[in-house]
Amino acid sequence: MGEQKAEPKLDILQGTLDLMVLQTLSVMGSQHGYGIARRIEQVSDDTILLNQGTIYAALVRLQHRGWIAAEWGISENNRKAKFYSITRAGKKQLLKDAAYWQRLSEVMGRVLTMDESGGTQ
Amino acid sequence: MTPQQPKSILAALRRGLNRLWSFFRKGPLDDDLNEEMAAHIDLATEEKMRSGLSRVEARRQAMIQFGGIMQAKENQRATRGIPSLDILVQDLTYSWRTLRRDTSFTMIAVIILAIGIGANISVFSVVNTILFRPLPFRDPDQLVRMGPITGNKGGMSTATYSSDAYEVFASKTKTLRDVMGYFAFSDRDNVRLNRGGTPLPVSMIMVTGNFFKALGVEPSLGRLFTAEESQKNARPVTLLSYPFWQRQFGADPNIIGRAISFGNTPVTVVGVLPENFDFGAVFEPGAKIDLFTPVNMDEIREEGNTLALFGRLQPNATLQQAQGEVNLLFPDLPGSLKHPEWKPGYTAGVQTLKDYVSGKLRRSLIVVWIAVGLILLIVCVNLSNLLLARAATRRKEFALRSALGAGRGRIIRQLLTESIVLSFTGAILGLGLAYVTTYYLAHKGSVALPLLGSIRVDGTALVWTLLITMATALVFGLIPAFRTTGKNLQEDLKDTGQGVSEGRSHDFLRSFLVISEVSLACVLLVGAGLLLRSFLQVMDVDLGFSPSQAAAIKVDYNDGNNADKKVAIFQEMQRRIEALPGVESAGISDNLPLDRNRSWDISAKGVQYPRGLLQATFVYIVSPGYLHSIGMRLAAGRDFTWADGPKDEKVVIINQTVARKLWPGQNPIGRIASAGGDDARVIGVIDDVQTDTIEGESGWQMYMPLSQQGNDGAQLVVRTKLPPAALASSVMTTLRSMNPAQPATEFRPLQRLVDRAVSPRRFFVLLVAFFAVLGVVLASLGIYGVISYSVTQRTKEIGIRMALGATAERVQFDVISRTLRLAFIGIVVGTVFSFITSRLIASLLFGTRPTDPITFVGMVVLLGSMALFAGYIPARRASRIEPMDALRLN
Repeated sequence: MGEQKAEPKLDILQGTLDLMVLQTLSVMGSQHGYGIARRIEQVSDDTILLNQGTIYAALVRLQHRGWIAAEWGISENNRKAKFYSITRAGKKQLLKDAAYWQRLSEVMGRVLTMDESGGTQ
Repeated sequence: MTPQQPKSILAALRRGLNRLWSFFRKGPLDDDLNEEMAAHIDLATEEKMRSGLSRVEARRQAMIQFGGIMQAKENQRATRGIPSLDILVQDLTYSWRTLRRDTSFTMIAVIILAIGIGANISVFSVVNTILFRPLPFRDPDQLVRMGPITGNKGGMSTATYSSDAYEVFASKTKTLRDVMGYFAFSDRDNVRLNRGGTPLPVSMIMVTGNFFKALGVEPSLGRLFTAEESQKNARPVTLLSYPFWQRQFGADPNIIGRAISFGNTPVTVVGVLPENFDFGAVFEPGAKIDLFTPVNMDEIREEGNTLALFGRLQPNATLQQAQGEVNLLFPDLPGSLKHPEWKPGYTAGVQTLKDYVSGKLRRSLIVVWIAVGLILLIVCVNLSNLLLARAATRRKEFALRSALGAGRGRIIRQLLTESIVLSFTGAILGLGLAYVTTYYLAHKGSVALPLLGSIRVDGTALVWTLLITMATALVFGLIPAFRTTGKNLQEDLKDTGQGVSEGRSHDFLRSFLVISEVSLACVLLVGAGLLLRSFLQVMDVDLGFSPSQAAAIKVDYNDGNNADKKVAIFQEMQRRIEALPGVESAGISDNLPLDRNRSWDISAKGVQYPRGLLQATFVYIVSPGYLHSIGMRLAAGRDFTWADGPKDEKVVIINQTVARKLWPGQNPIGRIASAGGDDARVIGVIDDVQTDTIEGESGWQMYMPLSQQGNDGAQLVVRTKLPPAALASSVMTTLRSMNPAQPATEFRPLQRLVDRAVSPRRFFVLLVAFFAVLGVVLASLGIYGVISYSVTQRTKEIGIRMALGATAERVQFDVISRTLRLAFIGIVVGTVFSFITSRLIASLLFGTRPTDPITFVGMVVLLGSMALFAGYIPARRASRIEPMDALRLN
């Protein structure tokens, strides 16, 4: 798993990978698997523990739900590669899930920073 | 916590369809994925190369970043398809390929399994039919039988009721809806059907008018009896059994309303019973009944206890309530208690019809069921051992798969799939085997077991098959699967030698399996041995008559002859038969021992007996010479002669038991007894004869002369100097020459009566013995397998020892002593278990104790020699190992 850094890498929470993929595709447009994986790693400053291979299960899952579409194309190194893009249903789902995550992380933030009085610091 | 809740059923449906679609497009989708992943790695490699890494290093890092390729693929496949189904198909194809590669192993395993599973299905089908499946009547749980439940010493007369008793009981009962019954004394082939030519003997049963209605039997043609038809002066009617209608009347649909004639009586056919109604199967195992007529209560009123009674419980009544009612009513039933002191001979109980039919067999059936279960266990242990040996040679394969990313669970699942494939293949063959054996059983008439004709592999048996097949696969698959994958599989990749590293624990496990196999075989052998010894004891019982060199034929002179004329005819018949060459003597009796029976009463004239001393007494009405012809022994006094005429003093011959009970310590000859209601002088004492059963007490017996009692004439017994069959034709010719209408059909050796009486016992002994032999063979194969394998494993070691001077004998001795050590431990453990289990079959034994030393010693000797034999073969092979060849291995 590469070199061990001082800070252990973050495990991906169940279900979050799908959301990251949707967001990536929504921002970057059509992308192949490697591109999506790289992008997520870069954005996270390489703090996320992502076996790049796992992305393919997520891609199938999203495809089956109708949130992304796939199409064969030619990659920058002139290879045949599969390009994924977000669908309208995917965009709607992204909005919903993103809002959900925002709320959840706010709540988590508040809970984790509460003091004895019950208020937040 | 998943943010993506399925929005609607539609969305879920779409995902399901997508998965299903993907499942069937596995090939193209896998190609897609491979290409996609290759592109991914290429892109990653190029990016890393741009940062200055060599191609090789870049690629290595790209791979690391990607993670396990196999895992990613599995992951993606699992997400996209139907995961369990997907893996199952994969495992199945793989198992199939593996098993096909190893044909001999697969064949042995499948055959062993087929025998084990097939035997289990067959036995289950028998158990299911006799014990579990409801009787083939409407609401069978409500059906009950009345009569003594245990300890019936008086034969059929004490298990039946008079027509008076029936009528009182039927009108007074509140717990039963219908009281019904049949005339229990109908003889086989008791009427003759006239259809031109020789009259055809057919068997008819008289039943109460409501019999079929109460059972819930619907005729397949015509109607059942009406109430009027069982009354005095009713028009004679009959119902045909389905097979009889098919056989004799070519399934003629116009049979209803036609008259058929018995003797000179025309009888109208009112209906045909349904195909699935088999009277014999339920009420009289082994009997085939052709037709039924309504019993006329008035005609049988004078004949004493003749009706076998049954009833149907009211929907809200319990068996206990019915029993209470019977206890209350019983003393008031006319005819059942002529003499209060007789009460012990006549008890009344109520039991469910199901218990009456199969209760006696429950224990035997369960013993056989357990025996066949033990066989399956031995089969499992055997296969477990085979799989262990096989797994040892496959460890490289597992190690490789493990290195490619398959987890332990995955490999265990793969191994279990293999077991399941084996098990199911065996089960399919086993089912075929079971179909054949149950068909054979159902169509083999000679075993007097109830319901035997309806034994078949039914739906329940299929469910049972599925269960035991799965269980079998798990039992024999689990240990090898866990054992094989338990060690560090990666280590095995480096292993060069085959099996050298197989540890002591592995060896121990295999020995343990063999020991348990031997112990199980012990338990089976002891059980079979005890049952076999009991069977031999039964066959050894002094019957009181000698069936060899004797045969009986049914004769019938009822047609319009008065009593005196009949006696004259019988006398002439006996004279002519005795004149035939090869005939030693002949005689006539109304019934034969171990066949039908009835009982009257006997007491010393003028003596008041305390309650319970007198007992129902089997009575036989016989001609002079009968006692000698059947081989009974006169202990004192004389036989009857033709001179004991109707106008002379009535005479009787009693058996030893009656003599002892009525005239203890005195000579009974010349005493006057009150026998069957008349005074009669005792003229002889005869040795006790096993009359009702072979195993039970012989009971009280008396013989009365045909010339004084009047006899409808039943069985002509002929004692011969030749084999009975050699006389058949001359006897029949003689009988026909006297009466052309004589239905002289079957000249049956008396031995057949004995055979029929022991047939259930013989049936169970044969089954258990067969399983025991199977168990011993399998256990021996197990020993052979383990020893043989260990010799192969230790070829090199043995070679070294021989190179260092060990003699061939020494090597042989070592191998054999290891074999015997295993067998010895197994036998010791098995003996302990057998001591415990043999107690469970104590009630099935006869003249044999559960700890019978001969059986136990025999078992030890047999198993020991089988083990010795099983070990000898590999021992010989070991002693022939050439040291140089052995050392050159690897």
